Amino acid sequence: MTALLAADPVTGLASMLSQPFVRNALVGGTAIAALSGLVGYFVVLRGQVFAGDALSHVAYAGALAALAAGIDLRFGLFAATIGVGLLLGLLGGRGTADDVVIGTTFAWVLGLGVLFLALYTASGSTDNGVANVNVLFGSIFGISTAAATTAAWIAAGLIAVLLLIARPLLFASVDPTVAAARGVPVRLLGPLFLAILGATVGEASQAVGALLVFGLLAAPAAAAQRLTADPWRALGLAVALAVLAMWAGVALAYAAPALPPSFTIVGLAAAEFAAATLYRGLLRPLPT
Amino acid sequence: MSEQLPDAGPPAEVLELAGVTVRAGGRVIFSDVSLRVRPGEFVAVLGPNGVGKSTLLKAVLGLLPIADGRIRVLGAEPGRHNSRIGYLPQRRAFDPATRIRGVDVVRMGWDGDRWGVALPGRLGGRAGRQARDRVHEVIALVGAEGYATRPIGQLSGGEQQRLLIAQALIRRPDLLVLDEPLDSLDVTNQAAVSALVQTVCRSHGVAVLLVAHDVNPILPYLDQVIYLAHGGAVMGPPEQVITSDTLSMLYGTAVDVLRDRTGRLVVVGQPDSHAEHRS
Repeated sequence: MTALLAADPVTGLASMLSQPFVRNALVGGTAIAALSGLVGYFVVLRGQVFAGDALSHVAYAGALAALAAGIDLRFGLFAATIGVGLLLGLLGGRGTADDVVIGTTFAWVLGLGVLFLALYTASGSTDNGVANVNVLFGSIFGISTAAATTAAWIAAGLIAVLLLIARPLLFASVDPTVAAARGVPVRLLGPLFLAILGATVGEASQAVGALLVFGLLAAPAAAAQRLTADPWRALGLAVALAVLAMWAGVALAYAAPALPPSFTIVGLAAAEFAAATLYRGLLRPLPT
Repeated sequence: MSEQLPDAGPPAEVLELAGVTVRAGGRVIFSDVSLRVRPGEFVAVLGPNGVGKSTLLKAVLGLLPIADGRIRVLGAEPGRHNSRIGYLPQRRAFDPATRIRGVDVVRMGWDGDRWGVALPGRLGGRAGRQARDRVHEVIALVGAEGYATRPIGQLSGGEQQRLLIAQALIRRPDLLVLDEPLDSLDVTNQAAVSALVQTVCRSHGVAVLLVAHDVNPILPYLDQVIYLAHGGAVMGPPEQVITSDTLSMLYGTAVDVLRDRTGRLVVVGQPDSHAEHRS
């Protein structure tokens, strides 16, 4: 509790950054947050928050399936989220599918996760319960240097792909018919974006856990959209707010060890959203 | 391109359909439709509901295959020159929650199909400045300066429609394809948007193909109308086509064209009786 709140904040910061687990958290976390902000902007714009939420259930089931099979958890995580993301996109999952069908399907998927959990705990050691909690709620302070570096590289690659398709994706999201007439491959971009969303859910699950992914994905992006209606500024702002929540959340959790980092990160992202909504609603109503 | 006067434009037709038949789901939507649109002409596509007016536009854009006949658009196959066509699809209004400004929607018509990102402000360089200038130009042309920087979801139907017409015009198209642009507008806005399309058509030499549910707001401006029926189509000047005799022959049933005291045309007895009651 004292390290950051010491009389000399520079010393406190230096001592925090000298901890390898903090450095790993910041390396992996920054890249994951930037990716989440960017992807989150399009999720909110395209009205696919529900699809993203559903993918976090899939992330849990996928990770637990991999654990039960005795392979690296991330294989199951990414295979499940990317695969289901693609599937949703190919089935035309732009929020058009029946809510009841989606809800039922994903409750079933979460049920599968519980089954894999039972198989896994029956066969494994006492650490298994911890692994389960980590998948659900994240463990950014427990991430290894190798895992942090891998997560950062994957995030960098996904950001590059997303920036490459950003303009046509924006066009296709706002005005799909005209975009298609102008030669934008709308039918390709939909599934591609959901696959990227799936991979992002897989990434963010490692940082804040499958259950809290949406705090990092939707809250900063929704806050950014409340603050500006200029899409490119909003994209930049969403990234900045997500990264800010990540850094401040890591610092706060380090300073106050009683607070889990997933709570501080997602809590700060939600606070950003609440602040942006208040600012828009009370202080600066939309320009007319 | 658009600066050319109609008589200085290329002599060839902007659009030519010969004996076109479109099928969808095993059903014939329309058959044997022929039409010609010359540069700078204002042409309305009319007909009852379900006769395939929107389908005709999609075929012109190359978004739908045709079963028979031939379509040439700007001297090539449909879909080849879509960047020289401004398209306004039939639509409901934007979701009120859409947090994108009108200027951004207009800008998408300029370079929204290009890969990568648009750098904001000065970072965009000369191309960015050029794009912004052109965006301001078309926004001024449609008279939308007052609300172009507000989120488009919060604008009225008429305001949204003007911005979308600006989007369709931004690349200086040779052909404007408008699908029911007057639908869901009040009478004042119908007149204003009709006059705007007429201005663009006349002063910039852009050919216009406009699907209308009610011909009256655009009637004074039209060079030609095409009346669609399942079995074919009639094309010609409005005073020759919108008559009891012509339409009765086209639809094979008694159709009456009445004119009220203000000169408005009312078509009674078309095969789809719901057409006149649609909201």
